[in-house]
Amino acid sequence: MNSNQPANEPVSEIPNGAAAAAILSAGVGCFCVSLFGLLGDAFPKMAHLFIFYTPTGPLSGVTTTAIIVWLVLWAFLSRSWGGRSLSMGKINTIAFLFLGAGLLLSFPPFGDFLQCK
Amino acid sequence: MQMSFREILTIIHGMGCGGLLLLAFSGALIQFYRICTPDRSAPLSIYEQKLLRIYLIALAVLAWSAVLSGAYVVYPWYRAHPPAGMTDYAEYAQRSLLSSPTTAGWHNVGMEWKEHVAWFAPIAITMVAFVFIKYGSDLSRHRQVRKAAFAFTVAAFIAAAIAGTFGAMLNKKAPVQGGAVIKIMEETK
Repeated sequence: MNSNQPANEPVSEIPNGAAAAAILSAGVGCFCVSLFGLLGDAFPKMAHLFIFYTPTGPLSGVTTTAIIVWLVLWAFLSRSWGGRSLSMGKINTIAFLFLGAGLLLSFPPFGDFLQCK
Repeated sequence: MQMSFREILTIIHGMGCGGLLLLAFSGALIQFYRICTPDRSAPLSIYEQKLLRIYLIALAVLAWSAVLSGAYVVYPWYRAHPPAGMTDYAEYAQRSLLSSPTTAGWHNVGMEWKEHVAWFAPIAITMVAFVFIKYGSDLSRHRQVRKAAFAFTVAAFIAAAIAGTFGAMLNKKAPVQGGAVIKIMEETK
């Protein structure tokens, strides 16, 4: 049993590393959607770079890039953490912070406020 | 009674994918709440676990279908630019909303928020489906993982609800129209 595992949690056969990788990368993925959306909104050059499919405009690049970041991070963390048991409390907190920040950044009035619009 | 091709595809996107997704969230949340409760006297049976696995995969498929059909089918019609000099914006929803200060907010806040926050749902629900498939009944031994999966399911529901609500309102204020007209029912009189 890993020393980081809480004492009141029963011993598990499957290490929590794979779940930790999935949870943290999902939080980062959600954050990236909002971050790239904000960057595209703030910088016209970025918006132009994000046009992967012209009829959809910058949204196509914003979401595709965020999905790539999410999946690559998930694969990387899965390789690194797959067979390990980690302190899930810390990982959950970081994932929720990313998720919360992503939700906040996605709200247009907040994005406009950051851009001083 | 007739509808345009674009209206039909917008309904498939909004009601078929988005609406069904929102309805399906209730089932997932109830099952996750059941898994998350400390009462271990009623664990999920193997059949129920299999059913929940299928349910979560279906939820992820619905979420991806909703965002992909929205971004790559309906959204290009919504944001299409009218030819220079055109003043009838009936087939140009975004331009129609932006043409008046009383409706511009529906695009500047509603669509701008919806088009990004909606993607939280498929990302979150894919993670939740993966975690449940990977851990199954072993999830009962991972309290923190259960907590995170439940929280992400709630977040996915909120994201889908924001997107769905604004989608419905936007389509009410400036419906996506155009394309071939399809007769659904013949008029009798």
